[in-house]
Amino acid sequence: MVTVSPSQHSVASGSGAASPSLDRHGLSDSQLIDMYRTMLRIRRFEDRVKELFLEARLYGSVHLYIGEEGVATGACSALRAGDVISSTHRGHGHCIAMGLELAPMMAELMGKATGYNHGKGGSMHIASLDHGMLGANGIVGAGIPISTGAALGFWVTGRPNVALCFFGDGAANEGAFHEGINFAAGLKLPVVFICENNGYAQFQSVQQDTPIPDIATRSISYGIPGVIVEGSDILAMFGAVRTAVDRARAGEGPTLIEAKTYRFEGHFLGDPEPYRTREEVAHARATRDPLKVFSAQLQELGVATTDDLARIDRQVRDEVERSVEFGEASPEPSEDILLTDIYTGADSHGRTL
Amino acid sequence: MAVLSVSQALNMALREEMGRDDRVFMIGEDIKDSTYGVTRGLWDEFGPKRVIGTPISEIAIAGAVLGAASVGMRPVAEFMYMTFMMCAMDQVVNQAAKSKYMFGGKAVLPIVYRTMAGAGRANAAQHTQSLEAWFAHVPGLKIVMPSTAYDAKGLLKTSIRDDNPVIFIENKVQYATTKDEVPDTDYTVPFGVASVRRTGKDVTIIGLQRMVEIALEAADHLAEEGIEAEVIDPRTIVPLDLDTIIKSVKKTHRVVIVHEAHERVGFGAELVAQIVQHAFDYLDAPPARVANPNVPTPFNRILENLSIPSAAQVAQAVRGLMR
Repeated sequence: MVTVSPSQHSVASGSGAASPSLDRHGLSDSQLIDMYRTMLRIRRFEDRVKELFLEARLYGSVHLYIGEEGVATGACSALRAGDVISSTHRGHGHCIAMGLELAPMMAELMGKATGYNHGKGGSMHIASLDHGMLGANGIVGAGIPISTGAALGFWVTGRPNVALCFFGDGAANEGAFHEGINFAAGLKLPVVFICENNGYAQFQSVQQDTPIPDIATRSISYGIPGVIVEGSDILAMFGAVRTAVDRARAGEGPTLIEAKTYRFEGHFLGDPEPYRTREEVAHARATRDPLKVFSAQLQELGVATTDDLARIDRQVRDEVERSVEFGEASPEPSEDILLTDIYTGADSHGRTL
Repeated sequence: MAVLSVSQALNMALREEMGRDDRVFMIGEDIKDSTYGVTRGLWDEFGPKRVIGTPISEIAIAGAVLGAASVGMRPVAEFMYMTFMMCAMDQVVNQAAKSKYMFGGKAVLPIVYRTMAGAGRANAAQHTQSLEAWFAHVPGLKIVMPSTAYDAKGLLKTSIRDDNPVIFIENKVQYATTKDEVPDTDYTVPFGVASVRRTGKDVTIIGLQRMVEIALEAADHLAEEGIEAEVIDPRTIVPLDLDTIIKSVKKTHRVVIVHEAHERVGFGAELVAQIVQHAFDYLDAPPARVANPNVPTPFNRILENLSIPSAAQVAQAVRGLMR
């Protein structure tokens, strides 16, 4: 973890091979195991989503989070009940890290009536306000003002909650990034901004897009702390986010955390990936896989054995398989719902019911 | 009963609703000192956590109210000029308007986006636009356009209590010049109920916002010529009270639509389509539109006035239908 300060305008990049810390941050064995299970649920869910998509059992735009699981899992593990997050088009990991169930998620990806959004949203729009998940989002950067607004609501009412905002390196070049963070910083709103720098904004590399090595450096412009974390190191991720969340909850305002991570899959399912080499991807898979990193950490800490982890894997695979069966057995939405839920308390023309 | 201006009536509505419901707060640029007087005094009364001045950041404002509504608040955002909303269209159109539907109905988003439209103050093209048709095109938004101080208060209160994103459009000239009796009681004006501002048998004139005043002025001139015009103010265009409009057209057999937005693809085009669809056999003449020409609003006073519908133009359009 590297902290960016106003006097330090250039910060060494934290990318490259992970150098995991073994600081467990006071997390119990069962909390650590839960975190591993959550990461694995994201990985196995998306492995299966990819297969289903290639078999044409899923359709639409699907963006996979594989390789980035440590970021969402580490970050959301630092939250309390009542806290909220905003997500991105690459949102499955954030959903699962916030405790959403796999079956209605899979059903939503299949467009089924039993999905979280009754088939009206699909992969890019899963939301569950009951879980504090304010929505995946198809527009890059749009979650930044929205999570700032949730934090504003907490600030106005004095509710002791925090909003966590996930966005990518591409979003850091949107106007919404500047307006949202600047406004949040000015009022010291309880929001933590987490930039998932996975190296590519769609097809373009972050080096081409962004004229500075570390997006966290932009925190200097807003007078807030900037922190760089290796995203494949879930313990480091948890530690950085917990510090930022505590700070936000104490009324000290936002933090900009840049998680250096890597997207193992293409921008979307079907992406031919002309912009990077197979060797680059293979190297990342070998050195920066958050599951491999955490698996080794858990064994080193004596929290779990390989057998324990294999057993969790079997359980998770079963759960994922059940979600597929649930989704495929679920009905298509009734045609009657085409024109419902455009408004609250009004018909599709906006006329009060 | 006190005679109040539109801005005074809006101020009263905001004060009443903020006093009534702790979840209501206001956010926008310069709202503490209130450029046009609408929010005057509210910062002193409710403090900086209920009347929140922002940087000049329309995206942040538009998105923040959506986030706040997502966690149970009932925010009222102010965009000083409707043209400034163009900077925040993603948050209004892609986010606020669509979230409920995309999320399968789960989100309840009570948001009011207050803004100011219309011409007549020599603000030139980038501060003078009436873009109600843009927003009316987007499912998920309600569009409110009051034309009197009484309606401004009652409709703003309804907007704040509504559980949906509402675009509440105010007219910059009417703030100070339009005055009528406004009770200091807690009344609301329902959405989707047009106001028949003058009854007549010969022609229906539908006006939007300040153009209702122009329509009434034209109706006075026409009455001297023996033509009795019925003047309808829809008050909200989403939802639209089509029944009142169709009923009137079936009675008068002629219709003229007046608005300050550009003619091309303005809301008048939708009204013409609906009227033709629902009352074709009753029409004795083609529906007519009197609207701003398809030109950016010029600065020069003479040119600006030429770009806004006048009572004389409306009367002339009516005469054209009477032949």
